Parts: sequence; C-alpha cells; structure tokens
Amino acid sequence: MVTLNINGQDQQLDAPDDMPILWAVRDLAQLSGTKFGCGMAQCGACTVHLDGQAIRSCVTPVSAAVGKKLTTIEHMSEDKIGQVVQAAWSEIDVVQCGYCQSGQIMAATALLANNKKPSDADIDAAMSGNICRCGTYPRIRAAIHAAAEKLA
Amino acid sequence: MNAPTDQSMNTSRRTFLKTAAFIAGGLVIAFSIPYAKRFLLPGKEDAAGDAKMPEPNAFLRIGTDDTITVLLAHSEMGQSIWTTLPMLIAEELDADWSKIKVEHAPAAPAYAHTAYGLQITGGSSTTWSEFDRYRQAGALTRALLVQAAAQKLGVDAATLKTENGKVISGDQQLSYGELAEAAAGMETPSTVKLKDPKDWKIIGKATKRLDGPEKINGSAIFGQDIHIDGQLTAVVARSPVFGGKVKSYDDSAARKIKGVKNVVQVPTGVAVLADNYWTAKQGRDALKIDWDLGENAKLDSAQMLEDYRKLAGEKGLPAAKVGDSASAIGKAAKTIEAEYTTPYLAHSPMEPLNCTVRIGDDSCDVWTGTQMQGTDQQAVAKITGLKPEQVKIHTVFLGGGFGRRANPAADFVSEATHVAKAAGGTVKTVWTREDDVKGGYYRPMYLHKARIGLAADGQPMAWEQAIVGQSIMLGTPFEAFMIKNGVDATSVEGVADSPYLKGIADHTIELHTVKASIPVLWWRSVGHSHTGFVMESLVDEAAHAAEQDPLVYRRELLKNHPRHLAALNLAAEKAGWNQPTAKGIGRGIAVHESFGSYVAQVAEVSVEEGAVKVHRVVCAIDCGLAVNPDSLKAQLESAIAFGLGATLQSQITFKDGQVQQSNFHDYQVLRMNQMPKVEVHIVQSTEKMGGVGEPGVPPIAPAVTNAIFALTGKRIRSLPIGSQLA
Ligand code: FES
Ligand code: FES
Repeated sequence: MVTLNINGQDQQLDAPDDMPILWAVRDLAQLSGTKFGCGMAQCGACTVHLDGQAIRSCVTPVSAAVGKKLTTIEHMSEDKIGQVVQAAWSEIDVVQCGYCQSGQIMAATALLANNKKPSDADIDAAMSGNICRCGTYPRIRAAIHAAAEKLA
Repeated sequence: MNAPTDQSMNTSRRTFLKTAAFIAGGLVIAFSIPYAKRFLLPGKEDAAGDAKMPEPNAFLRIGTDDTITVLLAHSEMGQSIWTTLPMLIAEELDADWSKIKVEHAPAAPAYAHTAYGLQITGGSSTTWSEFDRYRQAGALTRALLVQAAAQKLGVDAATLKTENGKVISGDQQLSYGELAEAAAGMETPSTVKLKDPKDWKIIGKATKRLDGPEKINGSAIFGQDIHIDGQLTAVVARSPVFGGKVKSYDDSAARKIKGVKNVVQVPTGVAVLADNYWTAKQGRDALKIDWDLGENAKLDSAQMLEDYRKLAGEKGLPAAKVGDSASAIGKAAKTIEAEYTTPYLAHSPMEPLNCTVRIGDDSCDVWTGTQMQGTDQQAVAKITGLKPEQVKIHTVFLGGGFGRRANPAADFVSEATHVAKAAGGTVKTVWTREDDVKGGYYRPMYLHKARIGLAADGQPMAWEQAIVGQSIMLGTPFEAFMIKNGVDATSVEGVADSPYLKGIADHTIELHTVKASIPVLWWRSVGHSHTGFVMESLVDEAAHAAEQDPLVYRRELLKNHPRHLAALNLAAEKAGWNQPTAKGIGRGIAVHESFGSYVAQVAEVSVEEGAVKVHRVVCAIDCGLAVNPDSLKAQLESAIAFGLGATLQSQITFKDGQVQQSNFHDYQVLRMNQMPKVEVHIVQSTEKMGGVGEPGVPPIAPAVTNAIFALTGKRIRSLPIGSQLA
C-alpha cells in the first residue's frame, strides 16, 4: 500500500513500490485520462505533474511520488494555467484522434508555468518529447502561443 | 458537384424502415437506406435488392429532450468524422447544432459502406460515400417531423418551415423533441427533396469538432480506457519471428508474481493475465518460452532487397502496356535509368493496440477501436461459435488508425478473443509499444526500376517501370476484386494509372509480386505511399535532364489534367514559386492524385551538417466540395506530418528473422522540432468529391527530396533519407 496525493486527494493504492505512476493512476486509481504510449519515456503520452514539474509517469515509480503532489489531466480544469491552455486548445481545435492530447496539455501547461512567453525554440525544446502521430504539432504550437498571450 | 445534383430521391423505389422505441428517455426513429449499387466485394450485390433490412439500423435518434443522436457507420480515429457526418444530417434536418450527440453505430449490415459493402472506415471514403445517405436520413426525418406538426396543428404541411430544431407555423413553434413520437408514426413520404447547395447553412462551413471537449479534458474513452468490473489485463508473448510456434513454455516464474492470475496458450503465443497491465507485462517478461521459429528464422530485409533488385531485371506481369517501349527508348535523345526503394513501415498509432472481450453463453461483447467492425464480428463469431449477430462490437474512439486498425485478418481482435475464450471472464488484451513495432502488418517494402526515354525537346517519349514487392490484398476478402491477372491494383496504383503515362505513346509497367511471410497491410495512402514518391521523383529527374523548370515541365505534361493543374498552380502561386528562394533554401514541388483528390505540395528545405530541415510546406488540394474546410486542413497538416516522418527517418528492417526496431527511439516518427510551417489552400471546386485523410501523404516525400536535389544536386532515391546527406 502506498499513499499518493493525486489531484489534491490522498489515495491508498495497492501498488508495489516499483510500479510506474502511470499504472497506479490508470489501473488502480482508475483515472484514465493519462495515457500509455511507449512505456519508455519516448512519447510523452503519460505526462503528469509531480510538484508542478512535467514527468513521464511510465518510467517514474510510485515510490518517487510519495509525499509529493501528483496532478493529472483530470485536474487541469481547476489549474489556472491549465484552464487557459485547454481553452486555447479548444479555440484552435487542436485535437485529432486525441490520444496524445492529455500529455500534450500537461507538457504545455508545465512549460507555461515556467516560461510566460515561450519562443518557437522553447516550444521545440519542451514539446519534442511528446509525439503526436496525428501531426497536430502546428496547432499545438499555435495554441501554446495563444495561451501565453492570454496569460500575459 | 456530383452528389448535390441529385436533389430528390424517390423513396418509393427504396425501402425505408422506421422503428420507434424509447431508449434512455429518448425516442428512436430508425431509418435505413438500402445498399448503394457499387460494391467492392463480389457476391454481395444481392443485398441491394433485399427489402428487409436487419436491425439495428438507426442513423439518428431524436430524444424527447430535443437531443439528436447521430449514429456513425464509420469510426472516429482523428479524421473528424464525428463532426462531419452529423453536419450532413443536421443540414437537412435543420437541427439545433448544440443539441447534437454522437455515437458509434454497432456492427450491423445496415451500416455497411455504401460503396464497399462491408462496415469499414478506410480509403479516405467516409465523407463522399456517406454524403447522400446521411443527408437523406436528415431530410427524411425532417419530412416526418413536418407531417407530425401539420397533423397536430391542423395545417397544410406545405405551409410549415423548419429551423434550429423546430417546426414553425406562423408564430407557433413545436420542437423536434415534442414531435418525435408522433413523427415515428407518420407515413414515409414517397419523395423528399434535398436542399439546393446555395441554401446550405452548415455544409461548407468550418465547424468545430464535437469530440474536442472530451479529448481536451481527458474523459474521452479509448480502448485502453475500457474498465469492466472484474476484468483482467493480458499481455501476450508472441514469436520473435513471424510464423514461429510455441514448442513449450515454463510459466513458474510468471505465476509467482503477485497479481498474476492466469497464463494461457493461444494460437499466437502465451498470454499472462493479471489484475493490471504492469503486473501482466512483468509476468509476460518472466515467461520462458521455447519457440520453433519456423522457416523465417533467416529473414533479412537487406537480402530481400537484393532479391528484389534481381527480380526487377526479369519479366514481370503487365500492369499497363501501350506501344513498344523497348524500341522507343532506343530512339530517345536522352535516357534516365533509376532505381527507387522504400522500406517496410509500421503504422504505430499513438494508442497501442488493445481489445477487451467478454464471452457469455449466447453473446459476446467486444470493446475496441476498430476500422473494420464487420470482419471483426465475423472473426469473433467463428472463434466463439456464436452467430455474428450475437457478437456486439462496441466501437470506442481510436487512438489513431492509419490503416492498422482495419485488418481483414482481424488479428488483434481475434487474439483477444482467443485469450478471453481460454481464460474465461472479461479480458483486456493490451499490446506494448514493442509488440506494436515488432508485431507486423507493415506497409510493404518496394523496389522500383525505371527507364525513361526523352525526346529531343525533353518530353518523355517512352517509359518502362518494374515494381517489386508484397501484395497487400492477397489472401484477403478483397483479393478477387483487387487482384486481376495476378496484378494487385494497390501495388501499382499511382503508376499504372499515372496521368504522365497517358501522354506517352510507348510505356510498360510490370509488377513482381513477392511472396513473403511478413504480414502486410494498407498504410495511410496505401500504394500511393511509395508510387507518389517514385513518380514525382522520376518526373523531376526528367525535368532536370531536360533542363526545364520542374513546375513548367509538369504543367506541360499535365495540360489535359485540369484538376492536377489546379492544385499544382495554386500551390506554386501560394508558395511564390517564381520568387528566388532565401539563401541556403531549396524548393521542391510534387503533385499526386489519390482517393479521388488532387494534392500539390511545395517544400522548402535546408541541409546543414547532413541533416535536412523542412521549413515550410505549401499544400493545395482539389477534393471537390469541402464539407468541413477546417477539419480538411487539419487532415492535410496531419498527412504531411505522417508522411514526413517516414520520409526522414522511419523504417522497419529484418535481420536473422527478427524486426530490428522496437520503440520510438529506433522506430522514429516526426516530432515537434521537425514539423514545418504548413499552409493549406483549398481549390474552389465543383468537381467530384474525393477523400482527404490520405491524399496529403504521397506528395510530401517527393516535394522534400526534389527540394534537396534543387539545393544540393543529390537525388534521394531511397527512403528514409536518414543519414544519406551526411
Ligand atoms: S508512455 Fe511514457 S513517455 Fe511514452
Ligand atoms: S491527436 Fe492523435 S496522436 Fe496526437
């Protein structure tokens, strides 16, 4: 049993210490918004925030989250920056199949939390670990710029 | 416009069935429209005359709460059909757009593709193939609602108007929800008239995705997200070599892992079942399996390519033959000889394959993201011994398809059914990314060998081309229709029917179909994914050999092909083709028709320290009517990204029988930092409607490699580009 603070609530989960956060969140806490894409920190579909920083939950064991705040896509509507990012995503109609988008939004929100006005190069650096097979990259870029403008 | 010219339909010669039932507080009005005449599959034509349509067959439901639920005969996999098909119904129904809800239809004969005769999402065909059926469903329902209102108000139906989900008579209004029940009891009108295109309010307008909100807040349900109480998750160990079989296995270590619930053998390997994915995966990795690797243990793609090269020099089966190309080439002022190759490619949709199955005594439920419900249903019925109608396919959002989730062999659905059958209960079988990259159903590897003779004026006067590769259609239900005289149409599409060849008096196209045990499948744009690259490269080679501008040269060759020209000219104009490029930038152009649409692209690239950077792609399409211009643009952006990843860096290779790639670090796809600026322009067209999901893929590779040639003088003849410029 480990206690994880997920989206502001402590949860007791029957997870072995080495279970990646991704599976504790998806299969045990049954929060399915965080996605599995590669399992080896190559695609970003599993991106969540650990104490506000974007991490790849598929390679981070639950033991690393004990005593910290874990935030998932399900909580972004209550996050000040997350809300703006989601609104920009909607405005620009970014999504296609949608499977990568939780991870994209989590990565973009963490980027904007650290960098109020990211340049294209900043976006490349922060977002290139998040694959979108549907190629929504131009709209993700536009949405991040739009969100930055709203936040300014 | 092809479809809108057919403004009225005679319902008396067709069979409409409407049924009413209350489902979750809403009335169901079910309309089914019999199969259209064209069929891809032989032996299915009889269904066209079949007056009795099987249930279920609803295309829309009207709820007493005014909601309009549209049932999709096609699967949403990113292409925005979740929005486009409702637009067609809403247009004719004069529905209130804010009241539209969408569901995937179940697997049933009524939802068969109007052209292909089976339930499938593919071939970039959904919008054009449903353009009439969904509009008709909307128009018919509107007519019934108007009749119901006329009766209720005691007025002549001809005096009534409909608007925004209401029937209006003077200052009286009745909502569709209020009228739904009465409408279901109305006599089906003998004819209904579709709107004149000039009266369209929704069709042709950029419309936001209806699946946007749930895909933004994480609540959208994909196959991976299915959670049925008591379900177990299975991960399967499959043979490291295609066709290998389990000799024996030792599961003692796997069974010791806490949470592992069962280990079962299935035809494709050994499945470990556990409470959750992580435990099942650990269990799978702990299996010790002795494999009989079979006859493919020596498979080597480099060797295969050598074999293809030899084959290309031999006589193949004719795919197109006009005149005498061999002697015509002898008379040419100049000849070009070139060999092009393209590798095996995995689709690698973002969501790894998965399927959840629950088998009961007289029913079976299947939850999955599939592009091919009909064949999946048949496959599950066969494995479980049930009747197809006892198998319920619950289609959920697809985390990408690109062709991989439309498998006539129903591979991942069948395997999941075998696992559930062997283990009992509800089982979600999940593939790892490694399973996906190594698990096959690839775009086949191809080799093209071409010889082109140019006349003194630089125009091609003779053309010979041999194509070598596996057939996608062989062994599928499509074989009888798609393979004629040994030639798989999808192996040669884009070459045998090339507009360039139409003007060349002497040409010969030959095919060598290689039998190999590597599972292959259509990959976004199918044969065009390699033929577009080869043809547009060869034409570029010819233009340079003729010392002519590649755009001017293409214009001359395509002078009798107005739709190619329209796309080509629009892309060139928007890209500023006649302006000089910035220093260090090369510009390339390509145009290709596929799936009834004509797409031209101009790419601007630079090469630094051997690495290609694509800065900008200007794209123009003539697809006829653009039903939703914004989602159309999104599809072209998507196709460019998808095709560009393959152009730059994706490939599947084999050594010692095994796939050498495993995950996104070595099966590389396009990332954000590689994405060019993309501008999409739509040719204002009243021509026949084509598709938009795939046609953006074929031109990107040649636009980029032609730009590299313009910049560096190096002709890329083998994909991916990889380190060829280093
Ligand atoms: S699933 Fe974690 S990075 Fe891909
Ligand atoms: S929207 Fe499909 S993978 Fe990104």
